[in-house]
This record gives sequence, structure tokens and C-alpha cells, in this order.
Amino acid sequence: MVTSFVVNGAPTSTDAPPDTPLLWVIREGLKLTGTKFGCGAGLCGACMVHIDGKRSFSCQTQVSEVAGKSVTTIEGLSPDSNHPVQRAWLAERVPQCGYCQSGQIMSAADLLNHNPKPSREQIIEHMSTNICRCGTYQRIVRAVERAAREA
Amino acid sequence: MNIHERKIPMPVSRRQVMIGAAGLSFAITLGSRVDAAEAASEGAGQALTPWVSVAPDGTITIMSAATEMGQGSMTSLPLIIAEELDADWGKVKIVPAPVNEKIYGNPGFGGMMYTAGSNAVRSYYDNLRLFGAQARRVLLDNAAKKFGVSVDELTTEPSVVVHSNSGRKLTYGEIATFAEIPAQAPEIKQESLKKPANFRLITKDVMRTELPHKVNGSAQYSIDVQMPGMLYGAVLRAPVEGAAPEKFGEAQVTAIKGVVKVVKLPYGLGVVAETPWAAFAARRLIESTVVWNRDGKAWGFDSDQGLQNFATTARDPNAKATDWFKLGDVRAELPKAASTFEAEYLCDYAYHAQMEPLNAVASVAESGDSAEVWCGTQSQTMAVEATANALGLDRSKVKLHDTLLGGGFGRRGPRDMDFLIDAVLLSKAVAKPVKSMWTREDDVHNGRFRPLSAHYLRAGFDASGKLMAWQHRLVGDRVTPFADPVRYEKAGKKDFILMLGADAKGYDVPHQLVEQVYEDTGIRTAPLRGIGFTANKFATETFMDEIAYKRGVDPMRYRLDLLAKTPRAHAVLERVAHMADWGRSRSGHGLGTAYIDYSDTQVAAVVEISIDRSSGKIKLHNVWCAIDCGVAVQPDNVIAQTESSIVYGIGLALTERVSIKDGAVEQSNFYDYIVSRNRDVPPMFVEVIQTNNKPTGVGQMATPLITPAVSNAVKALTGVRLRHAPFIEERVKKALA
Repeated sequence: MVTSFVVNGAPTSTDAPPDTPLLWVIREGLKLTGTKFGCGAGLCGACMVHIDGKRSFSCQTQVSEVAGKSVTTIEGLSPDSNHPVQRAWLAERVPQCGYCQSGQIMSAADLLNHNPKPSREQIIEHMSTNICRCGTYQRIVRAVERAAREA
Repeated sequence: MNIHERKIPMPVSRRQVMIGAAGLSFAITLGSRVDAAEAASEGAGQALTPWVSVAPDGTITIMSAATEMGQGSMTSLPLIIAEELDADWGKVKIVPAPVNEKIYGNPGFGGMMYTAGSNAVRSYYDNLRLFGAQARRVLLDNAAKKFGVSVDELTTEPSVVVHSNSGRKLTYGEIATFAEIPAQAPEIKQESLKKPANFRLITKDVMRTELPHKVNGSAQYSIDVQMPGMLYGAVLRAPVEGAAPEKFGEAQVTAIKGVVKVVKLPYGLGVVAETPWAAFAARRLIESTVVWNRDGKAWGFDSDQGLQNFATTARDPNAKATDWFKLGDVRAELPKAASTFEAEYLCDYAYHAQMEPLNAVASVAESGDSAEVWCGTQSQTMAVEATANALGLDRSKVKLHDTLLGGGFGRRGPRDMDFLIDAVLLSKAVAKPVKSMWTREDDVHNGRFRPLSAHYLRAGFDASGKLMAWQHRLVGDRVTPFADPVRYEKAGKKDFILMLGADAKGYDVPHQLVEQVYEDTGIRTAPLRGIGFTANKFATETFMDEIAYKRGVDPMRYRLDLLAKTPRAHAVLERVAHMADWGRSRSGHGLGTAYIDYSDTQVAAVVEISIDRSSGKIKLHNVWCAIDCGVAVQPDNVIAQTESSIVYGIGLALTERVSIKDGAVEQSNFYDYIVSRNRDVPPMFVEVIQTNNKPTGVGQMATPLITPAVSNAVKALTGVRLRHAPFIEERVKKALA
């Protein structure tokens, strides 16, 4: 069975079984490897993408669920890595190992899409969905605040 | 098929900046020219040089000998060369060094290529400055010849040689077009190296070289590697080291659509499939049908009971112990003490939880006589050797592509490279490239942990109450013999990963004795960020606090007095006391402190906590930390690494715990192995005390501060002493009841 959907603005389709996690279709089918595998259980947020403009765990989304929908991955967040969140992430020198940061950035962009001027508490709560084992949390909060300020 | 000829697209990785243009080769490092030629042939197939090359367009390519796991060495090591070379940093390209220990080996690890122990900058610093200065001198000599002037009349600006008398200039790129390379490296005197006041790069923050790729998804980790015709592997390891499968539902597994082959491994069962989802489905089916034999030591082991047994042994004066560290003569002095004080501390197993589940890609030639591997490893040397050993090949037949690491924390440097060998054996079985991935559950169940340990400490005071003697008997699960038997033998059978940090270094305690009682439960262990310091400083820095209370002295004051003869130590502690406004009491909150000399880096912290007595939950409100690592090569990164170390330490202090039942790990994923999230982390205030001492490490130094500082803060707030880490809620609640 073929599932058709849109990724980063481009129509695509896959013949992966309908219950396949979207994560693996994105990473190994479409070779968009910026979206990461971290826990496979919706606990860490490394796999975060936007589905129809809302953040979602791609490891917890069966590919059949995105039929006809629009998926945005880190590669599609901006054409030139110039999204305010990406700029803020560099300005605050957030990443360390970097593995979780695609998911962190997708979560942060989702927050600012829906709440352009979040409070510090709202930022911390929203970003607590994502784990960063390098512990870049303090800089993540600073970067989201900066992105909100400079967007 | 000659796999070395296959061109693999490597979009953005540690190799993404490799240049192929012929340039000026500085074959002038410590290695011979033969070594340089070897290195060059392993590079981009062009005449690259051991450390530095300059292309006619001015591009300066510098080799990075350390692997990058988030700690920043990929930037800071080349930057040290660039400083003495007087390179224009904007023209520098960084390339991962090929596996050639003679040139690129880490002096801190006997010449192995191994990134660990927070020692990359420390160990390479002097050599890299020298190499940079030698390269600059070659440029100057060539320019002097061209201008017909004495080299003494020349100076450099970034990437430009200047003859100020005549106003003539030559860029490094221009010199590269005509330069001659001397057979012998020019001699550089130590005093001709730059003075710290003249540094342009060292101590000045630059953008880490790979950071832009980490905000757009283009940074490449081994799990991202794609190859034509690549298959997917999954492996289910036995729950206990040494066990093997007896039977499993092989026919059902083989029947799964997309499964190519089931591979029986010495330590478990592997499967190769056309897709990752087929591989994981097969793995799940194996898990639900497999029966393991009972070979292996750890069967029957229970960590709760095991820890109680360790504690009993620790307080037994007749337990068979070996001396780890001796200062003065505790055995003679402690019996003469006017008074003594003793205490015990316990510490659980802990898991690395690097965000990238372990994985690797291997392509073993059909003939079996060569292999190419992609791997995020802390040791290029170990990765090549383990692959060669697994295939019975000479190491020259193994080509390693070391990628970025999605976290390391000590897990990616075991001598046997367990996660890499999965891919190697699966690829060999199907004669195709295989990406082998562990699930998070595999990563936890196959974890190699910070060991279980029990600590008995005893202090002796003279008649005036002065602390004279200090004894620490440590009973802990062995680490070095399991994690790295080669280094264990070389170290004279010293389990340094377990034992480091067990003394009272820095403090003026004239008689010290640290003893180890060796235990081997069969549980898999590894160095984990902070190694022995995480458990051992919990014991010693909590004990120091208890001693202060015993003497009726403020714990900060007591430490400062004992550090009076070690000025750098005294300075960091005094600084952090000031930062935290130590003397000011906070209603409902408690302050605790800890100090560590961690491999010569001086670091101290104060934490502010409160406790919800009904749940036993400890909340951190603030953490202050002062660090003196000598020359801070990249100050903002020192701060970032220290923040990172603190967060890691918070997890180890409060929630991170692995338990073992019948030899198997009980936890599985982030729902039962609880790491710190954004909401768990308080404001952190880090100050770097810049000194001109030789740089020392920063990657993990603050991690071991947090557990004792929290224990000490809980004591200050409640009067109750927590002695068993981590301080999970039920333990705290019980202790406060």
C-alpha cells in the first residue's frame, strides 16, 4: 500500500507498511537524516517534526496517519538555515553533541508559531518535552527568548 | 570488489571539509617524513601533511586528532595550532586526522588515538603549539629567502608575512606556491612561543566549527550514513555477559517480510533486513521467543543485595584490600588519634544515556579480506583494532570513517567496541554494507555502567581536634578490567577508572590511605562521565562536611582552612562562596558545597535546594560554580561544558539509577531511567578563573560536585544526612521520616 504525503513542500510517497513509524520513512526512505532516532517511545523528542504545522513525535506517528498531510522536518524549516530559532541557536551557542538539537529546534519553532511571546515558564514547560543529554537547557531557554525577541 | 575504491557521499561529517587541492606540505612535525607520507596517502589522496597544509588560495587545512562528541575539541585543538601559526582563522579548514598513532596519538593515553578523560587540550597543548610555531617558521624562512632579507626582520599578521622595513608582504597562500620544505623541522625555543597576552585565538571565543551543521540537520553521525545497497541490522544481546541463545523462533523470524538473514553471534542473535522496520520487527520477535543459557557470571546477581554485601565488606577491617593511594602512614597514625569519626556511603549503577543509540555501519568485502567502517567512536585506534580482531585481519585492512558522536560520556570507548562489532559481524555474514542500530532498550539493557560501590571512611583527629588521618576503604564493581583489559594490564592491574578521586587531594591531611576491595559481579561496566570521581567524591566531600559538623565549624570555613596551602583550590572555593553569598541564610532552602581537584582542574560548587517532605522530592533552585582550568582555550565553551557537567551531575544525584535483578538490567527507556529535563535544571552561574597555568580538562569536572553538594545542602536544611546516591524520592522520604 502506498502512502502519499508532502514533506518540506514536496509531494512524496512510500510503500512502507502503514504502521511503520514516520521517523524511519523520513530517515531511511527519504534520507532526511536530520530527524533523529532517540528512544522510539515518544519520550525524548529527538524525532520531532511538524505535521500540518504542529509538533509531533515522528517515532509515534504511523506513516498511514500522515496520508494527505504536510510534514516539515529540520531540513525544511528554512531554505537557508536562517529561521530565527536557528539563528538564535547559533548566537547562544546551544549545541554540544548536537544530536537532539533538530528536535529541540522543531519544538521551539512550534512554540513560537503558536505563542510568539512566551513567558520563561512557558518556554521551560514546552521545551521539557525534549531531552538534551549534554544539558544545554539553560542555553535553549536563552535562545528561545532571543528568537522571540528578534523574530 | 575493492571497497576502498567505492565513493561514498559523505554530505556533512567530520570529513566534510577535506580539501583535495595540492598545497604546501609541512612535513616537519615530530614524525618522520615517512610518517607524513603515510598520513598524506590516508588523507584525501593528495599531498596532505601530518598537521597543516596551506593551499595557494590561502586555505589552511589543520588535522583534528580528537573525535567530537560535543566537547569542542574539534575546534580547540586546531585552534592551538592556528594560534602559533598566526593563521587567519577564517581561512582554516578542519579535517579529522587519519588513524596514524605515530603522528596523531594522544600523549595522555600512551599514544593511542582516544578522546576521553577531558584531556584532549591538556595532552596535546604543548605539541600543537610547537607544530604551529614550526609551520610559521617555515613560512618565514621562505619569505626571507624570497625577499633577500634576514628572517629577524619579518613578522606575521594573520596569514601574512610582513617585512615592515620595505612594506612588502606575502600571504601564506602566496608562499605556498614556491615554498621549499626543510628536511628537518626548525627548532623552536619555548620562550619564542606566544605570550598569553598576545593570543588572538586562545582565550578568545570562536564559533565551534561544526556548530552551523547542528542547527539544520546536516551534521552527520554514524546513524545517518547511507550507502548504496545498504541493509539494516539489529542485534539482541544476552541479558547477562557470557550467556548465549539456546533456542528461538527462527522460522517465524525468517518469515518476516524483508528479513534477509538471521545471524547467530557468540553473544546473541542478529538479524539483517532490507528495512529498519523489518529488522526491528525481527528483533522484537527474537526477544519474545528466545531462551538464553545460564552461562555467564552475573546470573542471580541482585544489585540491592549486592550493595548491602559491599557495605558489609567495606566496614570489615579484615576484608582483603589492596592499597590504592598512600600519603604518610595512616596505619601507624590512626590508632594514635585522640578521637575518630567514621561514616559510610553507597552508590548505585548509572547509565550513560547518550542521545544517539549505539550504532555503526560496516562494509566487509565479500572476500573477507578488508573492511570499511563508519562509527562514532571515542577511540579511532580501538575501532580499527577491534574490527581487525573480529575479522582476523591486519589493521591496515580496516578503513575507519569516524563521524560525529551523538554523545559519548565514556560509553563509546570500550576496548571491544561492542556496538561496532555488531555491524562488522552482520556485514560479514551477508557480504553487504550493514547499518546496525540498537534500540533505546538495547542501549539500556546492554549498558555498561558506572559501578556499584560502597565506601567506608574513617577520620582521626589529634588532641587539638586537627584532622590528621583519613582512611577510605572502597568496595566497588571492577571497571577497567572489563572496559579496557589492555590498559588495565599496562597500568599494573590498577582499576583507575573505579578508584580515581577516592583520596582527599588538595586538602591538608597529612596521612591518607585509600584501599580497594576488588569485586567482580559480572555486570558490564564502563567509564562514565566523571569516572570514579562521581561516587568517590560523593563519599569524600560528604565526609568532609560531616567532619566539619563534628568539629562544629561551618563546612565552607572548614574546607577553606584545609585548603590554605593550595592557593588555586582556595581561590575557587572562596570565589564560589562569594558568588552564592554563602553566609546568607534562605528560609526553607539549604545550601551545600563541594570542592574537587579533578586532574589538576580546580572546581567548586554551591547548590541551593528545597525539599517537598511529602514526596521526598529535592528541588534545585540555584547552582554556582567556579572553575580554574589554567588557560581557558575557549572560555565560553568552558562555561558550556561546565553547565553540561552540572546537569549531568544533577541526574546522577537525584534520579539516575540502574538496578539489576537475576543479572539483568531492570530499566528500559526514559520512562524508568530518569534523566534531567529542562524543568529540572535551575539557573546555573559559572565563573571561569583565568590563570596562566597549563590548560587542564573541563569536560566532566563539575559532574561529581553535585551529589555531595546536594547531600550537604539537605543536611544543612533538615539535619538529615543522605548516604545512598542517587537521592530518589522514596529514599529521601524515608530518611526524613
